[in-house]
Amino acid sequence: MQFHSPTSFAEAAKLAADAEGITRFLAGGTDVLVQLRADAVTPDTLIDIKQISGTHDITRRADGGWDLGVAVTGAEMTEHPDLSTDWPGLVEGMDLIGSTQIQGRATLTGNLCNGSPAADGVPGMVTAGVTVTVTGPDGDRVMPVEDIPAGPGRTTLAKGEVISAVHIPPRGAYGGDAYLRFIPRTEMDIAVVGCSVSLRRDGDVITEARVCLGAVAPTVVLVEDAAKALIGSALDEAALDALAAAAEAACNPINDKRGTIEFRTEVAGVLAKRAAKIAYDRAGGAK
Amino acid sequence: MSKKFHVSTTVNGDPVEFLCDSRETVLDVLRDRLSLTGAKEGCGTGDCGACSITVDDRLVCACLMLGAEAEGKSIETVEGIAAGEDLHPLQKRFIEYAALQCGICTPGILVAAKNLLEKHPDPTEEQVRYWLAGNLCRCTGYDKIIRAVMDTAAEMREAS
Repeated sequence: MQFHSPTSFAEAAKLAADAEGITRFLAGGTDVLVQLRADAVTPDTLIDIKQISGTHDITRRADGGWDLGVAVTGAEMTEHPDLSTDWPGLVEGMDLIGSTQIQGRATLTGNLCNGSPAADGVPGMVTAGVTVTVTGPDGDRVMPVEDIPAGPGRTTLAKGEVISAVHIPPRGAYGGDAYLRFIPRTEMDIAVVGCSVSLRRDGDVITEARVCLGAVAPTVVLVEDAAKALIGSALDEAALDALAAAAEAACNPINDKRGTIEFRTEVAGVLAKRAAKIAYDRAGGAK
Repeated sequence: MSKKFHVSTTVNGDPVEFLCDSRETVLDVLRDRLSLTGAKEGCGTGDCGACSITVDDRLVCACLMLGAEAEGKSIETVEGIAAGEDLHPLQKRFIEYAALQCGICTPGILVAAKNLLEKHPDPTEEQVRYWLAGNLCRCTGYDKIIRAVMDTAAEMREAS
């Protein structure tokens, strides 16, 4: 196995473009090294991106949004004094992943690129409207997060392409988000269903909303009908019921020992309602 | 052929240099090249926490970090917790409370608990349980471990 520690993303992209066989980028390694050790995926080339300057930085932009380096860990996101004030749902989704030890290494970008439909960090990115810079052999382009996953364990990134930065929009006034997941135990488990809601209020009325489900389809799903159910409402019972129905309709889950199709579908509706209530309260100023 | 990597790092305050293969983890390096066998390999996939170490004061699993990634880092293992013959208060309490039986998980739990108390000197029991949730123990049922950590925290707060 070749191991490289490039000092720029252009160099990382070139190394990946020129590499033969299986290539993996290494950030926190909490998926890549598990797959390596389990002989599930044995890369021919491993490219550690943590030596590239800026990859460990959390920076507030002039517009009030945030730029995250791709090697920023879950622990660093949770400990940041202001990030979770703006985006509590995004941060709590990341924080739910694994143990203290895993949080010391795991990254949001790694969670995205691992391509799991049950990734806890991804629905919060999608509802926040996060975009990522993708660096490839031909330069940079910016993509919405929801365009990255292609199916379980797969992304839309081409050979030689690597995510080089994460851009979180400004939260703005009267906005709130929340992420909830169902697992059969209290912690350290893979989501049977995950749901993130982000919305904005004008008084009692919801003016903007995004709803994203995890673990109920081959990729995380941005559910536009669920957002439509919320927008224009004051989160009354009728809106909540319409939200749940839209969330259930978007489900296309697997049937396995962790949850049946019927169970996952029903829980998606329940979690959507609960997450919407939390996001609504947060948008109104509640912590 | 993959080349060997020459890595310079600090382990328990001592400058250390080693050569490693690209696939070797920090755990492999600690145990097989540096003869520091305190960190244990339980699962090898980041689930059990028996290989817990700190890297630049951040708690991680040594089995999920490559040796080549350790360049320039400061690593602390269970071997660095006692000051010579003087045990750390956590170690004394673990013995006093019999907070271990087979001992395989103990080095990882000591490293994790020490890291917790450095960041949170006055943790709640819930906080201790969540912090140590990545350290599996199949002997004790955890109660003695939690009590040992809580009482050490109280003792260290009084001493400081």
